[in-house]
Amino acid sequence: MPASPIFNPTDLIRFLPEIILTAMGTLIMVLDPLLNRRESKVYGTLSLATLLAAILAAIYAYSDAGPAFGGMLIVDGFATFFRVLVLGVGILTILPSFSFLKRQQAETSEFHALLLFSIAGQSIMAAANDLIIIFIGLEISSIASYILAGYLRDDKRANEAALKYFLLGSFATGFFLYGVALIYGETGSINLSVVHAVVTGPDAPLPVMVGLAAALMFVGLAFKVSASPFQIWAPDVYQGAPTPVSAFLSAGPKAAAFAIFLRIFMTAFAPIGHAWAPLVWASALLSMTIGNFAALLQTNVKRMLAYSSIAHAGYVMVALASRSEVGIAAAMFYLAAYACMNVGAFAVVSHLSGKGERYQSIEDFAGLAQKQPFVAAMLSIFLLSLIGVPLTGGFFGKFYIFKAALESHLVWLTVLGLLNSAVAAYYYLRLLVMMYFRDPGEAASSAEPLTPAFSAALILPAIGTLVLGIFPGWVLDFAGRSASLVK
Amino acid sequence: MMGHVPLSWFLMLSAVLFSLGVAGFIFRRNIITMFMSIELILNAVNLTFITFAYQRQQVAGHLLAFFVMVVAAAEAAVGLAIILTVFKNRETLNIDDLDSMKN
Repeated sequence: MPASPIFNPTDLIRFLPEIILTAMGTLIMVLDPLLNRRESKVYGTLSLATLLAAILAAIYAYSDAGPAFGGMLIVDGFATFFRVLVLGVGILTILPSFSFLKRQQAETSEFHALLLFSIAGQSIMAAANDLIIIFIGLEISSIASYILAGYLRDDKRANEAALKYFLLGSFATGFFLYGVALIYGETGSINLSVVHAVVTGPDAPLPVMVGLAAALMFVGLAFKVSASPFQIWAPDVYQGAPTPVSAFLSAGPKAAAFAIFLRIFMTAFAPIGHAWAPLVWASALLSMTIGNFAALLQTNVKRMLAYSSIAHAGYVMVALASRSEVGIAAAMFYLAAYACMNVGAFAVVSHLSGKGERYQSIEDFAGLAQKQPFVAAMLSIFLLSLIGVPLTGGFFGKFYIFKAALESHLVWLTVLGLLNSAVAAYYYLRLLVMMYFRDPGEAASSAEPLTPAFSAALILPAIGTLVLGIFPGWVLDFAGRSASLVK
Repeated sequence: MMGHVPLSWFLMLSAVLFSLGVAGFIFRRNIITMFMSIELILNAVNLTFITFAYQRQQVAGHLLAFFVMVVAAAEAAVGLAIILTVFKNRETLNIDDLDSMKN
């Protein structure tokens, strides 16, 4: 036992990414009144540097992997993967937000501080191995993102998005917490490893009670990842929130929520897997079907991407339903590919939306290829990847997920999932056709010239999408090695 | 004191409170009432934690209840601020009036 349990250097190094994020987030808020100029460039650059430092810290922490703070946190490959993923999403959110915030005349330090806090919460979720730490990470992430969703506070749609996100998010947290309380009562512990040991041990609590707790947590987490039948908030929130925030919400919190989803259900609740598998199966199918068919009917691009994000949550649920390490690895790979392509697609929407986010409909993309061929080309990469065309990350993501599902004998789910991806191709292609085969409209003609930061915001996720599609082994090997979670 | 009341009664009470919170959230249309229902859910959770902590004679359960209270307070601060901006922009607190994004 170390002399001081609080200032144990090993623990602190394993917690370093979160320390950096919270310290810098606080510093940005303190700097704001001192600097006396409300220019978000300074804070944005500072946040980018913070996120890069946190990525390095996360990788460094992995060189000495292990538990921290008495097993409350666990730094393993899985945690590191998701830490780097949410930090990367943070970078891809800040890059397009420079020009977006300037256009909306809403450059403040709060945006960046809240973003850093939210990412800190997600980073904690990625590494948490204790239900109450998971809860705290979830709330740090959620509370900051409730504010971010309503960041443009004079915009009615943003208000509405923030309110709906807040109400349904807290409601979901209540379910999750009640599940935690029941688990605590049944097993006397909230540590996932201990819970797993008790559930499989000789004094196992009644399976019904564990099942009830698992069901309550399932409801809470399904809300957070916007999986059916708890997806109703997602379209309104993604449509109403400022576009860079929508991009962030659809990738960062979702990846982190899936990280805890996988960790809880594949460790603590793995022994009762046969009981929750049908639930996940149904949720996966419903999410894919509702998401894809509703997306067909949308005319607003942000709303369409929101429904498509529900469908993509469904694909990841297929990976969870396969209940295998191959499935976990496939889910990790898919979430990385999804983060790249979805954040990229939202970045293009934010570029085109104009002041007050006027241009959001599919018609507004008309003729983009003539006016800004580079932006159109980048969006094409993201859309093709979202469809799942070979040589993109989206293809291998779907391939690995359905392969894992087949290995677990989920034949019907695979068949229905593949049919679903065929349906999805239609609404993504509609956007492509609009960009390349129509005459430019008002939106494409008035689109601003590219800034260096915004070009980077398109090139980086495009590189990510293509690398995942051409050299999938690099990421998949790591994911496969990290998929054996500590039980 | 507690010896006279079986522990299962506390658990039942918390289950009832939880259900009331869920029902209130689903069936009430006033945003503030919905928010209060969420607080009711969190209090039901706290009661459960405290009951189990008493049953197991562990201090951990009490600590968990404190964590929940702190988070609930932070959530209330943010939530009420969001409700206030909604009211400022629309002068309504009925959740059904918030439908500016239907296609």
